[in-house]
Amino acid sequence: MYIIIAGGGKVGRFLTENLVNRGHEVLLIEKEKYKVEQYTEQFGGIVVQGDACEAQVLSDAGVARADVLIAVTGDDEDNLVCCQVAKRKFKVGRVIARVNNPKNERIFRALGIDATVSHTRALLEIIEQELPLSSLRHLFYIRDSKLEIIEVIIGPDSPARDKTISNLDFPTDSSILLVVRNGKVLVPGGNLALKEQDEIVILTPQNSDNQVQEALIGE
Amino acid sequence: MKFVILGCGRVGSRLATMLDMMGHEVAIIDKSQDSFKRLPPSYNGQAIIGVGIDEDVLRSAGIEKADVFAAVTNGDNTNIMASEIAKELFNVPRVLARIYDPLREETYHALGLETICPTTLISNVIVGRVLPGEVKPKVPTPAGTNPLGSGQGL
Repeated sequence: MYIIIAGGGKVGRFLTENLVNRGHEVLLIEKEKYKVEQYTEQFGGIVVQGDACEAQVLSDAGVARADVLIAVTGDDEDNLVCCQVAKRKFKVGRVIARVNNPKNERIFRALGIDATVSHTRALLEIIEQELPLSSLRHLFYIRDSKLEIIEVIIGPDSPARDKTISNLDFPTDSSILLVVRNGKVLVPGGNLALKEQDEIVILTPQNSDNQVQEALIGE
Repeated sequence: MKFVILGCGRVGSRLATMLDMMGHEVAIIDKSQDSFKRLPPSYNGQAIIGVGIDEDVLRSAGIEKADVFAAVTNGDNTNIMASEIAKELFNVPRVLARIYDPLREETYHALGLETICPTTLISNVIVGRVLPGEVKPKVPTPAGTNPLGSGQGL
């Protein structure tokens, strides 16, 4: 595949290295001259100096035959413009943008960017998983579906303790995927009674986990 | 009419002051409090500190009820992104973006954005005044010459 990368910061550099090692044809576009010189020494002649938001620079880079363009500068507006010019003017099949402010993910999608990557959100998710502050933990967002997977540990005061799943007051738009007891996975059938310390993995609409909380954790 | 203006530089502050004096409802956004010093004490409109590509900042400026949005920061890409948010996400009826880079202006004009390029505008005015009646050629734009293209705006 021919892949163009816009922005030679840390992300752009490692991405270039990685994709080259996987045998792809890669071109890295970077604004700063000293970085271009440094990377040319490392990667050879696959680095060009220029502003990847400029149609002329993209055109010179042969963007019209690129399979993918990935914009990974530190500025969201630059990444957006670069991807839009590539997609709308040069008809690049797939454009991927790094999003520094997670709020912009939705906006980028609405403005025609095929895929977004938010390192801020990814970091937050990892940190949230590592913080045992609440007995309800977020595990995974399912992109575009507005669903998420969460985990709840049944505590001593849980209203669900010693109840069977069919007797739970559980929201109809959510479903229990797994019950983990002492490290073993149990099939969440209606007759299974939940016990203290059980880990319950649940699929639920994003931002509507209040009802799940009421059913499994209590007030 | 209700106007939301992004960028309180020379152009933004003058525009806001003018519209305010004409009796229109004006909200101006800038990332720096200092920029609002350019507004006269008589200015009656809103002044909001914030990043113009942030939906919540735009909402607090009343973008949902705006008739016109004008993006006049010194960052081309900021102006483009903010204008697209105003147009596509908030359906503001009239959206104008200042874009310094002629090539980028051409691209986004072709893609349906109402754009103003001061670079071509002023060149044309000077040539028109000094050499009235002569046909102005279409100037090719060399790549990599636009220092204001990115990252410097709000």
